[in-house]
Amino acid sequence: MYLFETIKLSLKNLLLKKSRSFLTMLGIIIGVAAVISIMSVGASAQDLLLAQVRAMGSNLIGVLPGASDEAGPPAAMFGIEITTLKHEDALALEKLPHIVAVCSYLNGRGSISYLNKSKDYNYMGVSEGYIIVEETTVDSGRFFRQDEIDSLARVVVLGSEVKKELFGDDNPIDKRVKINQVSFKVIGVMEERGVVAFQNQDEQVFVPIKTSQKLLLGVNHLAFIRAKIDKEENIESAISRVKSTIRFRHNIKDPIKDDFSIRSTDQALDMLGTITQALKMFLAAVAAISLIVGGIGIMNIMFVSVNERTREIGLRKAIGAKRKNILFQFLIESATMTLMGGLIGIITGILIAWAITIGVNYFGYDWKFIVTPVSVLISTMMAIIIGLIFGLWPASRASKLNAIKALRYE
Amino acid sequence: MLIKIDNITKDYIDDGLVTPALRGVSFEIDKGEFLAVMGSSGSGKSTLMHIIGFLDKLTSGKYIFDDQDASNFDDDQLAEIRNQKIGFIFQSYNLLARTSVLDNVLLPTIYTPNLNKKKTEKKALDLLNKVGLSERIGHNPNQLSGGEQQRVAIVRALINKPRLILADEPTGNLDSKSGQEVMEILQDLNEDGHTILMVTHEKYVAECARRIMVLKDGKIISDEKVGNQHLAKNGLKK
Repeated sequence: MYLFETIKLSLKNLLLKKSRSFLTMLGIIIGVAAVISIMSVGASAQDLLLAQVRAMGSNLIGVLPGASDEAGPPAAMFGIEITTLKHEDALALEKLPHIVAVCSYLNGRGSISYLNKSKDYNYMGVSEGYIIVEETTVDSGRFFRQDEIDSLARVVVLGSEVKKELFGDDNPIDKRVKINQVSFKVIGVMEERGVVAFQNQDEQVFVPIKTSQKLLLGVNHLAFIRAKIDKEENIESAISRVKSTIRFRHNIKDPIKDDFSIRSTDQALDMLGTITQALKMFLAAVAAISLIVGGIGIMNIMFVSVNERTREIGLRKAIGAKRKNILFQFLIESATMTLMGGLIGIITGILIAWAITIGVNYFGYDWKFIVTPVSVLISTMMAIIIGLIFGLWPASRASKLNAIKALRYE
Repeated sequence: MLIKIDNITKDYIDDGLVTPALRGVSFEIDKGEFLAVMGSSGSGKSTLMHIIGFLDKLTSGKYIFDDQDASNFDDDQLAEIRNQKIGFIFQSYNLLARTSVLDNVLLPTIYTPNLNKKKTEKKALDLLNKVGLSERIGHNPNQLSGGEQQRVAIVRALINKPRLILADEPTGNLDSKSGQEVMEILQDLNEDGHTILMVTHEKYVAECARRIMVLKDGKIISDEKVGNQHLAKNGLKK
């Protein structure tokens, strides 16, 4: 009964001074709304990033040329060309247990032309494992076979966007296109995949790996190899087998002298997850600072309130309120104020996040609207705790008032 | 015997300056008495009332209330005694603004543990009816006259069935008619067996009590029974 009466009383006191209560709560409202919307936007951005990486396919490991620190990026990422990785390495990996498929990659850029239309595209030299490794398929025609790789066949599979640009609605199969003036026969068109790992997969063409090495680029090496592992729990053992296989092939006795590095998508997801999580938390913490400012506003107004109600406090003490009763009354009052501010802030924050979702989706990203119950719970708790912490000093001052002096206060 | 005051003193210390307010006061109050304490301002009558009402602590001497030694109580116990055994009536009523008459009357009970809410409310309504305010229970204090406000304050003082009613200049802010009504109520309460201690500096108000004590400079200069108690219903004579 006592708690109920106290909460009722504090609500009444807040409603008596509506505009003052609202202005006081504004700091908390803004703070909580900022925390909620930033947490939501952070979660959505994180989801988008991870989805991009996940779209590359699950249970993948990548072999990159050049040594690297486990945590740092491999040298190839800085644009340094390292020529140690060969297609034969990829062929050797295919025979290892737990490896479902392997694909060699070598990319280049050149003009691709059909009749009088010509445009610059990325071309990807890949091996026949590409379809399995990337979990994709052709929309029409077929992908190239192993014998076409070995025979340096001049065949090409188009990305769906390239097909549209060059052929429109016409059937491109068996037509001939030129890549950097070399004539290729179109044998297939890939299904639409959209943006994966921030690269539009539909705006490139695929040629046999050896064809791209010998005929287009005149090199012997690969950009990287990807291998698909059968099960997640086998990734670790597969990685160590891949390492020893390539060391054996490259004649490396000391692992420190490795001329390659291995990454798994799980690892990349972990790393990306950790980074985005940290970023999200940092932003939320910055937003939370405004909550502290809001708390100081609460404290200020509570001191005013204690002053205004000095006689009331004196009376309550005279008729039997204990110190803790007065302390409790004012703490409940400040906590009620911050809680109400918090609830309004949560609704505002959710509305902001929702508006952002609509806005970003308008620009074509698959941006999900994410508001976690945890962020709502944390914000609510924080609002109450702020009310209690910043209400403590004024409430304690009220509780220590001398009843006789307070009753005489004018 | 309800109260025994034995040679109590009270010094106020302000900036190291000691100001004695009571300099050795002794008396007793029996159950059912109606005592008026008189004196000019600075005589110590307010200090005495605060000490008897457990709002202030004495400097030396002994104060026995209801067979208990008051010096043994801590702050929480003092609050409990004020809540359950003392009923305060103030000169300026001290009702909570923007709070209904009924809620004002019930205010002390929110600090009283284990009360039956329904019974307490019924009691409040009965008491308000007795002082003629049953039509006013939903009103706020600013809608009431001074006399009505003081009657609400009297009911508030009675709600927890106190052993002692302390009235500090209860008619001080009232016109003579309202003052008369308030004194009538206090006399009725005394008839019903309530013990009342009233502080006043008006002789004609004090004469409504059964016993008058006069303080001067922190000491009792006279303490006499009123031979012929003046009945307030016959009008207050000035």
